[in-house]
Amino acid sequence: MGTIWFWLVAIMIATYVLLDGFDLGAGAIHLFVAKTDEERRQVLASIGPVWDGNEVWLIAAAGTLYFAFPALYASAFSGFYLPLMIVLWLLILRGASIEFRNHIKSAVWDPLWDFLFCASSLLLAVFFGAALGNVVRGVPLDASGYFFEPLWTNFRLGDDTGILDWYTILVGVLALLALVMHGALWVQMKTSGAVSGRAGRLAGRAWWGVVALTALVMALTFRIQPQVKKNFMTWPIGFVFPLLAVAGIAGVLFELRKGDERKAFLTSCAYLAGMLTSVVFGVYPMVLPARNPLYSLTVTSAKAADYGLKIGLAWWIIGIILAVGYVIYVYRSFAGKVVIEKDSHGYGG
Amino acid sequence: MGQALDVHRLHFAFTITFHYIFPQLTMGLALLLVYLKTKALRTGDEHYNRAARFWARIFGINFALGVVTGIPMEFQFGTNWAAFSKAAGGVIGQTLAMEGVFSFFLESSFLGLFLFGEKKLGRIGHWVAAFLVFLGSWLSGYFIVATDAWMQHPIGYRIGANGAIELSSFWDLLLNKWALWQYAHTMVGAVQTGCFVMAGVGAFYLLTKRDEFYGRTFVRAGVLVGAVAAILQLFPTGDMQGKMVADNQQPTLAAMEGLFESQEGAPLAILGQPDVEKRKLDNPLEVPEMLSFLTYRQWRAHVKGLSDFPQAEWPDQIPLLYYSYHVMVGLGTIFIAVMVLAALLLWRGKLYDSRWMLWMLMVCVPLPYIANTAGWMTAELGRQPWLIYGLMRTAAGVSPRVVAGNAWFTLIGFMGMYTVLAILWLFLIYREIELGPEPGNLPRGEDAAVLAAD
Repeated sequence: MGTIWFWLVAIMIATYVLLDGFDLGAGAIHLFVAKTDEERRQVLASIGPVWDGNEVWLIAAAGTLYFAFPALYASAFSGFYLPLMIVLWLLILRGASIEFRNHIKSAVWDPLWDFLFCASSLLLAVFFGAALGNVVRGVPLDASGYFFEPLWTNFRLGDDTGILDWYTILVGVLALLALVMHGALWVQMKTSGAVSGRAGRLAGRAWWGVVALTALVMALTFRIQPQVKKNFMTWPIGFVFPLLAVAGIAGVLFELRKGDERKAFLTSCAYLAGMLTSVVFGVYPMVLPARNPLYSLTVTSAKAADYGLKIGLAWWIIGIILAVGYVIYVYRSFAGKVVIEKDSHGYGG
Repeated sequence: MGQALDVHRLHFAFTITFHYIFPQLTMGLALLLVYLKTKALRTGDEHYNRAARFWARIFGINFALGVVTGIPMEFQFGTNWAAFSKAAGGVIGQTLAMEGVFSFFLESSFLGLFLFGEKKLGRIGHWVAAFLVFLGSWLSGYFIVATDAWMQHPIGYRIGANGAIELSSFWDLLLNKWALWQYAHTMVGAVQTGCFVMAGVGAFYLLTKRDEFYGRTFVRAGVLVGAVAAILQLFPTGDMQGKMVADNQQPTLAAMEGLFESQEGAPLAILGQPDVEKRKLDNPLEVPEMLSFLTYRQWRAHVKGLSDFPQAEWPDQIPLLYYSYHVMVGLGTIFIAVMVLAALLLWRGKLYDSRWMLWMLMVCVPLPYIANTAGWMTAELGRQPWLIYGLMRTAAGVSPRVVAGNAWFTLIGFMGMYTVLAILWLFLIYREIELGPEPGNLPRGEDAAVLAAD
């Protein structure tokens, strides 16, 4: 039961990264690919009807994690107290920027929200990456099942780690670059004219950084978290996940050169999915590795009682089928490139 | 540890109080939006569609703020209340996860369609989108209330081998009797907020002699639905809620009512200041035997006072609990008077010309917010000193490693950020009201011309 829920939660988190990833990325590049008010409204309109729904995947994934692995939720959320609170503030700033910007047209109002939207999206991508880095590297859990990490200590690996050290910062930068590429591909696909062109070129440039950092982080991860190597050696079938990532990232360049905007975005999705599943496969059966392996939280030690998990499976499947149905319907309703009417939101109405 | 506990409690109290400003309006307005869209569909009058669009803009601002201030609530279960989450996550995680999976996807998907897709969806499709937003927000309310209800009145659980609280009956959790009444009471309160805001804006338009068609529509809708809601708030939902407290949380009832000594024919305190040290109510204004009657339907029934319970079982903020409860009930009574009177004037055809009544409706707008907040304070302060009533003390639920300094850091951060949000919120809502329902008044100069043309 624990393993099933481990994968279900992982799928929800991966879906969150694929979906909210593109609107975070779109936010991070917003100031750079869109110059005029109309161009900025194009970028905002490309995510306007969906960003909120994308963020729901985070809320639903967190809720599902809470229900399936309460001990993990308690330990990880209190241990990552400060970065999570900062993430919350950034999410608030970002949501406010998207919603408030188009209510007023003024030479001081728009640029303020444009800047906040860009800065908060950018920082969120780095923090999410660093959080993932922390989970892979392991945290100073002890026998009580709790830990607390300051934001940083001496930026070195070891027993006295902070949230940010050179490894987690590196993962954070990789996350930022990957989401910049992902978001740029989305913006390229959904907009037209100068914005679309600039986004495409930016994605092409980010691509090189993503490739270099992916190779570096993968190599480092094998050394830093021994479980990863063990899992890939024990079950070589697991190599399909990193292979998916490699195929995805190669596909991005191929499709960009070919000029197929839709497939370029989809291959970027494949890259992100491959990277995330590789991590999930690599740390299994741990859900939160400890620096001292004795205290790691695993799928069995952190899971809720079986009765609840079995019942949960029944409603979760129904709920997710419905949710996927709505999401597909919404994306189909807003399919195609955005058209900016003289109305403030872009899709008319 | 005592100090960290207090900061964590204040942290949750502050963030939840600010958060609940928004959902109480959106849940109430969702119902009224369905009403306006139904009117539009049945009469074919374009005014109703414009009215719905106007309220959708206000809904959108509030919904976005509700979402961004809601995520911190979910996170705080883990960040600030880790020991509680570890112990009880297997039970209340069910309802919290269901809220995400069943209601938030529904609500956010169709809100996007409702706000941005009116042209694409067509008349019926747009009505359906409005209805699904309503359904999603009301479902979400249920899952949250069911979560709180389990903490107030835990059932359907057993204690597992490792000391964690396990779910033993899914349906007991979901159909907790406490949840059903608390939900009804909470939602009627949300509807009142929606109605007072709508009627208040309508009254503002009528008093300032602008957009009078909309003014009349808003006042009518707000008063008709609001009068029903105001009565339902008291009876049966408030009454049943009170009975459940009387049956299951006896020290809480005594503290809410400021009843220190057990009595036969206990009086109902209308006013008075509790003195917990001396165990008495100062300057009491009381209705004799009323409390006994309301609680047990017998004038001479015996009601237990706080002195009958060990002090360790008492709620730890008795004066605050007492005032929250009295503010809630006092305002609820005023709402019945205002709404019923307005409904009578409406029936007699005099409401739209009755300036004093319109003034009354307009100045009442902030009051349901206060009443709803006071109601939640009554429920949550009344649950103390328990986090899960009878099962886990509040002091035992806090995160063991998050010290007071870190909790203060983030609490101050939230206070600063929410102050800014509150100012922006008031500014933007006032602006929408000022611009009004006619698209000719749209903010952006060039847009206005284009829209007025079509």
